[in-house]
Amino acid sequence: MAEEVIIPNIQRKRILEYLKEGKRFDGRALDEFRELGVEMNISENSEGSCSVKIGNTEVYAGVKMAIVTPYADGPAEGTLSVGMELGPMADDDFQSGPPSIDSIEIARVIDRGIRESKLIDFEKLCIVSGEKVWQVSVDLYAVNNDGNLFDAAGLAAVTALANAKIPVYDEKEGRAKHELSNVSVPIRKENMCFNVTVHKIGDAFVLDPTKEEEAISDFRLSMALGDNDGEPMISAMQKGNSGGITEDDMEKILKLVEDKFSEMFKKFSKIATGK
Amino acid sequence: MAKKIESAYKKRVDGRAFDELRPIKAKVGVIPSADGSAMYQSGKTRAIAVVRGPRTLHPKHMENPQRGVLRVTYQMMAFSVWDRIKPGTSRRSQEIGKVSEWALGEIVDLDAFPNSVVDVIIQIPQADAGTRVAGINAAVMALAQAGVPMKEMISAIAVGKMDKTLVVDVNKEEEDFEEGEGPTDVPIAITSKSNEIALLQLDGKMSIPELKELIKMAKVACKKINDIQTKALKEPGKEITG
Amino acid sequence: MEERKIVVPGETIIQGEEFLPGDGTRREDKDVVANRYGLAEVSDKLVRVIPLSGVYTPRRGNVIIGKIVNMNYRGWVVDFGTHNNGFLNVAEYPRFINKGELKEYLTFGDVICAKVFSADDTSVDLSVKLRGFGRLNGGQLITINPNKVPRVIGKEGSMVHLIKAATGCEITVGQNGIIWVKSSKVEDELNAKKIINFISENSFVSGLTEKVEEYIKKDLKLEIKDIPKPEPFVEPEFREERNFRDDRGFRGGFRGDRQ
Repeated sequence: MAEEVIIPNIQRKRILEYLKEGKRFDGRALDEFRELGVEMNISENSEGSCSVKIGNTEVYAGVKMAIVTPYADGPAEGTLSVGMELGPMADDDFQSGPPSIDSIEIARVIDRGIRESKLIDFEKLCIVSGEKVWQVSVDLYAVNNDGNLFDAAGLAAVTALANAKIPVYDEKEGRAKHELSNVSVPIRKENMCFNVTVHKIGDAFVLDPTKEEEAISDFRLSMALGDNDGEPMISAMQKGNSGGITEDDMEKILKLVEDKFSEMFKKFSKIATGK
Repeated sequence: MAKKIESAYKKRVDGRAFDELRPIKAKVGVIPSADGSAMYQSGKTRAIAVVRGPRTLHPKHMENPQRGVLRVTYQMMAFSVWDRIKPGTSRRSQEIGKVSEWALGEIVDLDAFPNSVVDVIIQIPQADAGTRVAGINAAVMALAQAGVPMKEMISAIAVGKMDKTLVVDVNKEEEDFEEGEGPTDVPIAITSKSNEIALLQLDGKMSIPELKELIKMAKVACKKINDIQTKALKEPGKEITG
Repeated sequence: MEERKIVVPGETIIQGEEFLPGDGTRREDKDVVANRYGLAEVSDKLVRVIPLSGVYTPRRGNVIIGKIVNMNYRGWVVDFGTHNNGFLNVAEYPRFINKGELKEYLTFGDVICAKVFSADDTSVDLSVKLRGFGRLNGGQLITINPNKVPRVIGKEGSMVHLIKAATGCEITVGQNGIIWVKSSKVEDELNAKKIINFISENSFVSGLTEKVEEYIKKDLKLEIKDIPKPEPFVEPEFREERNFRDDRGFRGGFRGDRQ
């Protein structure tokens, strides 16, 4: 796990004072994301992969599929597993070794968002009921950390999934060929959802914090947001850090999400689907 | 080669000459949060290397009061190959990390940083054989850019033999060539100025004359790679192709 | 002097026995060879490689900026971005402090400007006894690569002066690459930050001063005010240290602006 980093007191003070005025060091509005960028197909050996950038924050995502025995409670449904790595490639303060609690948390929140929004049509991932189903693995790697890895990872995961193809199934052999079919991973486009995290920093509610801002965040609230006729639909939530959410805080966060939703959703969809 | 040898491997699968390298891309400065980082791509094999440090070494018992410690971690991303790799360290990745560490340790001078560590992190997002040599090529550029004192550079290449044919820059399809004597894979790293072998491994079957010839071929290939690494370092931020 | 060019480790910079290998170089037969990545410079037969990157090596007499990350009964542990933290002994504070009262004077996260009074491979001792050192109040920090510090300072502190004239900020440059800027308006500080980052990114282009002036006027649309250059202050203790220093001489000027 990353060690606790001591933020210089004067730096903390200045950021807070400026946020109080509604301003940020990089000139953005409090509810403004940095520029989003995407590069598709970073690994030809994957079923679908991409690199997503939010400002200088970069995350790689790759989808791999394998044939597994289904779970007893869903004999005709495919399965999903999401993994995230926060290693020293991305940040001086990240350590090598087994997954840290921070990376496990991100993976689990993203997993829940994808699962609960019903983004993937798991029934279409059944090959032989009770015997063979496709397991979808999404592996995420933090490449560079400049804050908000949470949302970058969520966007990268959905983008990789939305562009992934299923391998050819060899019926005779009963296993997957080393070859992709033309069939896409069954995604319900109408259930597309993205992770958006609101941070409370001092008295301000901030979207897409930089690393410096994130380090002094009191709490964060991550939400997997889908589109319900132009209105946000929340599929997963996670509050992080110890700061408590007051009634007033909650109102403000939800208002912020309502106000910014269509704009954000449009931008994120463009990354994920190219449209 | 002196005498004509009949070999089952007559033409390379991708149409290259036997001593021809795959297309190379190299770029220095790919990770903004690090002082030293680089990408090296050979054909479809791509490596990213990042340098962190010199910095405090954890765990403490690994500290060396005489000089800094070089620590190399090598990892293939889960989706870099067709059969998904379980994240985390494997015996293979640990061994490759160690041999890369020995190779790079030959050129870096960490006398000025006792009790500290220079971490080199190598990640492979896409693999098509030769990942350890691509990793070393990227790592050398990253170390140089990070300002780590170094005697010289290192360039690395996987040379090999398909049945009886000697080849440079083996790709995955060749690694799987099964006719005749099958494939032999020889990753080699050569230092740029002293022309020494910094890494050498071999898997397969090889006669001594063949090995001698292969080392010669590797040295020629490494010169070319070194030119590209040098160019990339002289123009950080620009993708150099060759 | 010829144009400086980037060299890579192991590259021959120049041939000839008359040339002397300086910092970052070595001799191999007739060649002077680079021992690190950086800009090769040949002047008066002396060859050296000016680093473009790399960690800061504390030297006696340097001015650094760091933050308090720990403390014990003897003093404070200061992180200033190197592999070894510095130590500020309670005796190097300008007044007497009782045991157990350290926190009242400097506490976790406080930022100080300090002088390195002794440094070797394993420990760095700091002092804030002199006038102008100690806790920095207000303002903000900018971090650049320590190798770019000389360019941000400029000749005789000219670049720092230019930034002050354009932004009205108070500026202290730490040799470790941490720079403190302060103004009554945060925008001034952010402009100073932009200029400093511009200098850092363009640190080895020729005619840097003109380019910075152009950047200030055209890109940032700021006026460069005519402010008086401060008298260079040279403290007696600094002078004494000339003999201890292995880099090129002391230039006076602003605190922290030593090349």
